[in-house]
Amino acid sequence: MTNNSGAEAGINESLFAYPDERGHFGVFGGKFVSETLMAALQNLEAEYNRLRKDDAFQEELKRDLSEYVGRASPLYYAERLTQEAGGARIFLKREDLNHTGAHKINNCIGQALLAKYMGKPRVIAETGAGQHGVASATVAARFGLECQVYMGSEDIKRQSLNVYRMKLLGAQVVPVTSGSKTLKDALNEAMRDWVTNVDNTHYIIGTVAGPHPYPMLVRDFQSVIGEETKRQFEAQHGGLPDAIVACVGGGSNAMGIFYPFLEDRSVRLIGVEAAGLGLETGRHAAPLSEGSIGVLHGNRTYLMSDEDGQIIETHSVSAGLDYPGVGPEHSFLKDVDRAEYVAIDDNEALEAFRLLNRVEGILPALESSHAVAYGVKLAGQMSADQSIVINLSGRGDKDIPTVARIDGISIE
Amino acid sequence: MVQLSKTLSDLASDNKKALVAYIVAGDPTPGTTVPLMHTLVDAGVDVIELGMPFSDPEAEGPVIQLAHERALAHHVSLRDSLAMASEFRQTNQTTPIVLMGYLNPIEFIGYEQFAKEAEAAGINGTIIVNLPPEESGEMDPILEAHGIEPVYLLAPTTTDERAEIVCRASRGFVYYVSLKGTTGASTLDIDDVAEKMSRFRKISTLPIMVGFGVKDGASARAVADVADGAVVGSAIVKLMEQYRDDPDMLQSSVKQFVRELRAAID
Ligand SMILES: Cc1ncc(COP(=O)(O)O)c(C=O)c1O
Repeated sequence: MTNNSGAEAGINESLFAYPDERGHFGVFGGKFVSETLMAALQNLEAEYNRLRKDDAFQEELKRDLSEYVGRASPLYYAERLTQEAGGARIFLKREDLNHTGAHKINNCIGQALLAKYMGKPRVIAETGAGQHGVASATVAARFGLECQVYMGSEDIKRQSLNVYRMKLLGAQVVPVTSGSKTLKDALNEAMRDWVTNVDNTHYIIGTVAGPHPYPMLVRDFQSVIGEETKRQFEAQHGGLPDAIVACVGGGSNAMGIFYPFLEDRSVRLIGVEAAGLGLETGRHAAPLSEGSIGVLHGNRTYLMSDEDGQIIETHSVSAGLDYPGVGPEHSFLKDVDRAEYVAIDDNEALEAFRLLNRVEGILPALESSHAVAYGVKLAGQMSADQSIVINLSGRGDKDIPTVARIDGISIE
Repeated sequence: MVQLSKTLSDLASDNKKALVAYIVAGDPTPGTTVPLMHTLVDAGVDVIELGMPFSDPEAEGPVIQLAHERALAHHVSLRDSLAMASEFRQTNQTTPIVLMGYLNPIEFIGYEQFAKEAEAAGINGTIIVNLPPEESGEMDPILEAHGIEPVYLLAPTTTDERAEIVCRASRGFVYYVSLKGTTGASTLDIDDVAEKMSRFRKISTLPIMVGFGVKDGASARAVADVADGAVVGSAIVKLMEQYRDDPDMLQSSVKQFVRELRAAID
């Protein structure tokens, strides 16, 4: 490909005009898949375009988000964290209070409803840490769908609690032993299943990645986060926040809270990637900060590859950020300079994890702790009459064994 | 006419069906590949599909995934694959080589640079599995300028409308992936293949090769009866796995297997 970036593709157009009808965000996104998947994607796209305007579908989605997920999630003014940071007022968008404890359920409810309206009795999903797997298994139980979750055999070993949870929910967890035996390989395997069983199966991708229309539809389902935030901030504080901070794995919680603010250009949008052991060590999961443009999992985006173009293994203390790619819309927002991307390493995230427990009585997911760490840093550089919103994408109960182990305490 | 098209049209004028074989460069070891390519040709293969190893071979079944992993254990790269083609070309200038793989390593090198190096290595065609014609607008003219023919895929789920797009973009031949699912999955439904062939023949005059599910003389024969040629992949790759520690057995078993296929389709 040529090296012209998304910048050329239409900075004058509204950022709401993306993706185009071919699923492109500037040079990013698209449908880079084998012919065997094309019909399935075209069918999904047609069904989604129909259902997004279908009143019955939208009503049912709204009702489930409210009565089953527990939305709207609160926007909380974190007074003691604000004092601690010593600058801008810090608000937390409490996605950790959703059913199943993270933002993942917003997308899963939407896609399970899609499956129901498309008449597909079976859903599949990929999972790394198990959060998206648990959310998928949950909605499958809720809608009476058969559910298989693909999970790398390495991740199965590391996340036994979530594996057991998925089984309790009636899902089957399928170990993936190919490649690096982690999230990216689970995604490959789920796509292979989908190609083979598309007649009765819907594939619930867990983030804003994959081939078109997935980055668009997952973003749409997650945008409820940003829409609520906008309303709540206006009601509680007035006006718009000065900055929004969210962690970026594949990028779904960040896209969800960013999207309704894309055209509010005074609002800084900041995505926080995992710097792992440090960007300089190469052992991180920060493709937007350190990667290069390539093609994986059906879309063109920033990726972590070696000099031969092979996808490399990533590292982060938080399994949910451990992904070598990132949703194509983030790559686009980076190249058109609408969003900024920074990285927070394992130690900084752990410190923020402890801090939020101590000063606010909130146990954040390690993923979300990356956003908290950067948010506190940023607030400290801003003035007291400014405000930032941090997307608290999930709660940290799942991470207690990891943090305890780092503290030298073994919890069974 | 470029070599791939020429070979296939020569076969057609001799009333012969094409036998196409897929191997992964560097599987099971880098030293295996060039001798294996010659073995394939000696035993009766008309076109070699040379797979470039990739860390995430999304459309492959378990057998071919493992072949990519074996090659990657030796760090075989896109450029190493081209070097193997080059070496093969020192003594064979006629058997077409179609490079088959995934887009990321090519994006990394850059399309123009890739096409230049591939041409120099004697590559005649490409099958880039995750580059459908909708996304290939930039790639195709570059390949053409370097005398390389892009081959695109048809699947059982391909509509007539898409089949037209695919056939219009393809050069040399079109490749019908006769199974839903990944490489190496289940068995061949020959009646279904025949029905699809008659549909696609109305859309295009390009030769159609059928792959996925060819595993012995009988299935090769059945495919050759309805298509212009048969592609055999997983069945050969399985021999790589079986004889990975015995280079002599590896070559001789491949030779015997391919001869059987050749005899069956002639
Ligand atoms: C709590 C939480 N936050 C964030 C993520 C990262 O995903 P994304 O970047 O798609 O929001 C995950 C993924 O598992 C998660 O569990």
